[in-house]
Amino acid sequence: MTQADFVSLVMPFKDKVFRLAKRLLVSREEAEDATQEILLKLWKNKEKISDYKNVEAFSMTMTKNFCLDRLKSKQAQNLKIVHSNYQDNGHSSLQKQVEARDSVDWVSSIIEKLPEQQKIIIQLRDIEQYEFAEISKMLDMNETAIRVALSRARKTIREQLTNTHSYGIK
Amino acid sequence: MVLNSIEKLLEKYDNAETSLKEEAKLRAYFNGDDVAPHLEHYKPLFVYFSNTQQEAFTKDVPLTTKKKRNFYQWISVAAVAVLMLGISVPQLWKTGPKTLADYSPEEQELYNKTKNALAFMSSNFNEGISSMNVLEMASDNFNAGIYKASFVTEFGNSTNKLLKQ
Repeated sequence: MTQADFVSLVMPFKDKVFRLAKRLLVSREEAEDATQEILLKLWKNKEKISDYKNVEAFSMTMTKNFCLDRLKSKQAQNLKIVHSNYQDNGHSSLQKQVEARDSVDWVSSIIEKLPEQQKIIIQLRDIEQYEFAEISKMLDMNETAIRVALSRARKTIREQLTNTHSYGIK
Repeated sequence: MVLNSIEKLLEKYDNAETSLKEEAKLRAYFNGDDVAPHLEHYKPLFVYFSNTQQEAFTKDVPLTTKKKRNFYQWISVAAVAVLMLGISVPQLWKTGPKTLADYSPEEQELYNKTKNALAFMSSNFNEGISSMNVLEMASDNFNAGIYKASFVTEFGNSTNKLLKQ
């Protein structure tokens, strides 16, 4: 497999890998590094690549595992900063006001607070628009479990959006 | 009528029962301009989904072929090998004949001849040194003369004393 073959194989889904990595790792730089790492891993195993039935699904699974590992090692290494000593009552928080000003960014911060698995499923379904069958292959979960998690995530997002909407923080 | 179907779709959407086609319909509706006021709060969600989908990975990934790198790695090994050869080869070649008996007869004869010639030269030098002794004797005689001359000045001094009296 030549370099050109590899690039044309990877081209259609490299952005999807990047977006999933960014969803999980939040920072753009981290996500770029992760994507690079995954593409290099694929390149290294280019001899075996033809054995995989679905390179895209395989890459997405790899991305998910890689990012979760990253997060785990980060949490183990670093002290987490938790705002436990003051009350964030929404009105006074400048951060929240700035966030609310741009309601589209607001959606991103709501998704950021979801559990990791729901984040991944929302990303794969609502943004990348994969079929449930494909998602179940990538995540090694059955479809019903995915539907349940997805429904839970969507309801959480809707609730939060409705709240901000009706309380007029926006 | 449209609004009705959208509301139904939204309910299905929340229960994760919509197909990809239906979700595309919802996305199209909320990305449009005329969204019903009571559904307004859904708008940012679908706008966000469509926006995020545009985000692309722009960083270049260096896909290096490995051969070149290996070549550079081996250069250091080659350098060390050359250095080792440079040190060890002269050391090994050095083990030649060492005592006089190991040389060939011609070489031994040559050696002895040279030795004799040098000995002859050295004996001539010694003769020269012995003739130099004559000069040393002459210098001794000079010293004796200077000593005797000092008597003359002594004699001069005593005559001056007599003349003053």
